Amino acid sequence: MDGVHDLGGMEGFGPLPIDADEPPFHHDWEGRVFAMRILTGFWGAWNTDSGRHSVECLPPTDYLSMTYFEKWLASLVNLSVAGGLITRDEVVAGRPEPGSAPIVGAADAAVVRKVWPNGAPTARPLDAPPRFAVGDAVRTATHMTGGHTRLPRYARGRVGEIVDRHGAHVFPDRHAAGAGEDPRHLYTVRFTARELWGDDARAGDTVCLDLWEPYLASAD
Amino acid sequence: MGHDHDHDHDHAHSLLPPEPALRVRAIETLLVEKGLVDRGAIDEIIDQFSNRIGPQNGARVVARAWTDPAYRQRLLDDATAAILELGFSGLQGEHMVAVENTDTRHNVVVCTLCSCYPWPVLGVPPVWYKSSEYRARVVRDPRGVLAEFDLTLTDDVEVRVWDSTSEVRYLVIPRRPADTDGMTEDELADLVTRDSMIGTGLASSPADA
Repeated sequence: MDGVHDLGGMEGFGPLPIDADEPPFHHDWEGRVFAMRILTGFWGAWNTDSGRHSVECLPPTDYLSMTYFEKWLASLVNLSVAGGLITRDEVVAGRPEPGSAPIVGAADAAVVRKVWPNGAPTARPLDAPPRFAVGDAVRTATHMTGGHTRLPRYARGRVGEIVDRHGAHVFPDRHAAGAGEDPRHLYTVRFTARELWGDDARAGDTVCLDLWEPYLASAD
Repeated sequence: MGHDHDHDHDHAHSLLPPEPALRVRAIETLLVEKGLVDRGAIDEIIDQFSNRIGPQNGARVVARAWTDPAYRQRLLDDATAAILELGFSGLQGEHMVAVENTDTRHNVVVCTLCSCYPWPVLGVPPVWYKSSEYRARVVRDPRGVLAEFDLTLTDDVEVRVWDSTSEVRYLVIPRRPADTDGMTEDELADLVTRDSMIGTGLASSPADA
């Protein structure tokens, strides 16, 4: 989607808010939101891609004014309601529906310690051979559908070179839409800064993006 | 405006009180009473990211690469496996790639679409990395952004920006500072700053550390 989250290359932003000595979490609640957003994800009511899309769907003015962890809090609540873990009435009341039985089986600290090192890899086997090889010239897609995608606006319709292959990975555009993992080949594509930004960019500078095969067409 | 107002109220998060700390307490109470989240598990994750997962892990990886040429090669060939050798893995580090700075190339990492970051080696990202300013500007004007970190590169150095658009996560291997020949791996790790592993800084020199 052409959302406000797709920030790369947008102009008008000022200096960076650099704080040389900041803690991981600035407030206790930030760490608690971070942890709850991960832990509720264990129930499988959404996935990484639909979770990212829920943040992208925040109203643009909210997206730009909320802090990172405020966005995580909003997505925690929105995803938990949309995924059927909690209801809107329960959010308003701040307690479970009267008479509802507690759910059993939430991960405790021991389970977290045990499963944490595994992470959640997204590489998948795929029988179809990759269409492109390292060194190939490719042009990125121009038209995108309205849902989640990982092809940023600034890199659409541009020509780059395949510089690495990563095998097949879960395809976010389909995964976010609840259409299954639909793994596709993933490549690193290198663009010259001038291809992306014009002649004002420094000759020799480059930008690399990881892009799935459906975003790419041959430019040879 | 009416549409925006209605749209806002379609979002369940707008049902909560406005103050973040109160909102979080309310949602935590609900999730715990429902049985969806265990408080000990929340505390465990906070403890991990406050005490065990952070840039000190990435610094161990870089210091090892500086002192052990075979390890450096394994890190460049398969960073996920090489980082696991030192005991670091987990969410947002499943598919790692290490990119090495040289005298002719300087690497910088961003995620323009959200704030993807290699948690197992760097922890949670700093506020500036998650900011709209960094995400918007660093792909278009990397040298201008680096100047805000007091980092100026000469024209003969290629700046290569890595936009983390997939689940691949990038760790920059900064250049080893001068005058560090006899230093141990532990001493070297103290020179490896967080920003040097994102690419917005250089490793510290022994005189600064």
